[in-house]
Amino acid sequence: MRVKSKKVDLAEGDLTPMIDMAFQLIAFFMVLINFAQTESNDRVKLPSSQLVKPPEAPLEFPIILHVAKDGEVFLGGDSFTAETLRVGLNSEISVIKAEGKSVKDANVVIRAHKDTAAGDVQEVIRVAQEVNLENFALRVKEDRT
Amino acid sequence: MKIRNREEAQETQLNMTSMIDIVFLLLIFFVMTFKIVELEGDFSVRMPLAGNDSVAMDSTELPLTLRMKADELGKLTSIALNEIELGQDFDQLRGNVISLIGTTTPIEGDDGPEIEIDTDYNLRYEYVIRAITAVSGYKDGNEVVKLIEKIKFAKPRR
Repeated sequence: MRVKSKKVDLAEGDLTPMIDMAFQLIAFFMVLINFAQTESNDRVKLPSSQLVKPPEAPLEFPIILHVAKDGEVFLGGDSFTAETLRVGLNSEISVIKAEGKSVKDANVVIRAHKDTAAGDVQEVIRVAQEVNLENFALRVKEDRT
Repeated sequence: MKIRNREEAQETQLNMTSMIDIVFLLLIFFVMTFKIVELEGDFSVRMPLAGNDSVAMDSTELPLTLRMKADELGKLTSIALNEIELGQDFDQLRGNVISLIGTTTPIEGDDGPEIEIDTDYNLRYEYVIRAITAVSGYKDGNEVVKLIEKIKFAKPRR
């Protein structure tokens, strides 16, 4: 009987290296995880350019507009068309004004799909201009080739 | 003595099962939420509504005009800079911009030339970005040489 129970002990393998590896992997993924993914949208695939660099400082009062391929505009989880976008922009502007800043301090970040019609993007810009926004940033992917 | 020893040794052995369960759960969570971040950058454009700024604008310096035509599928068919046809060649566009603004040295602040981009409505946005890339500068090794920083869009064509 005694000998048998010893055999059970032997069958238990050494778990130390596996746990080491598992912790290493957890540490790796924890360091690389990026929770600030609210800026991206699944329906937008950005065009790329060799000239852009990731900004050193984040933009002041960003208003992020996602323009999908069919011209649909997303602002903070809501979907708009170029015609109805004014409503969404006005609510963003009221937030900015509530913080005691002027509309001209806001930055409109346009993340348009690469196959969107350029006219749709221009319409979005026109609507933003009509509510006195004037700083635009056309967001593109960095091309390092 | 013998019996005592064995009992003590058995007591020090921890039960690892629950810890490993949690560790694997965490691992799966991080693997599933993992996404490689693509580096992104901005072309900053200052575009006030036309008309507000006309007084401040320097009347001696007319903006360059870049006309981009598209076919019905949104593909680029031709580029013209100040009515000079350039085909579909963005490198030639950059060359023409350099020869028109006369200098390849960086331009300070707001004093640089201005370009107005006039595109067909259905042209794909990708081509607009390529044109903006071509006119706004070029890469010299690792340095970016800037050409035109003031970009504006003409009225959308319907």
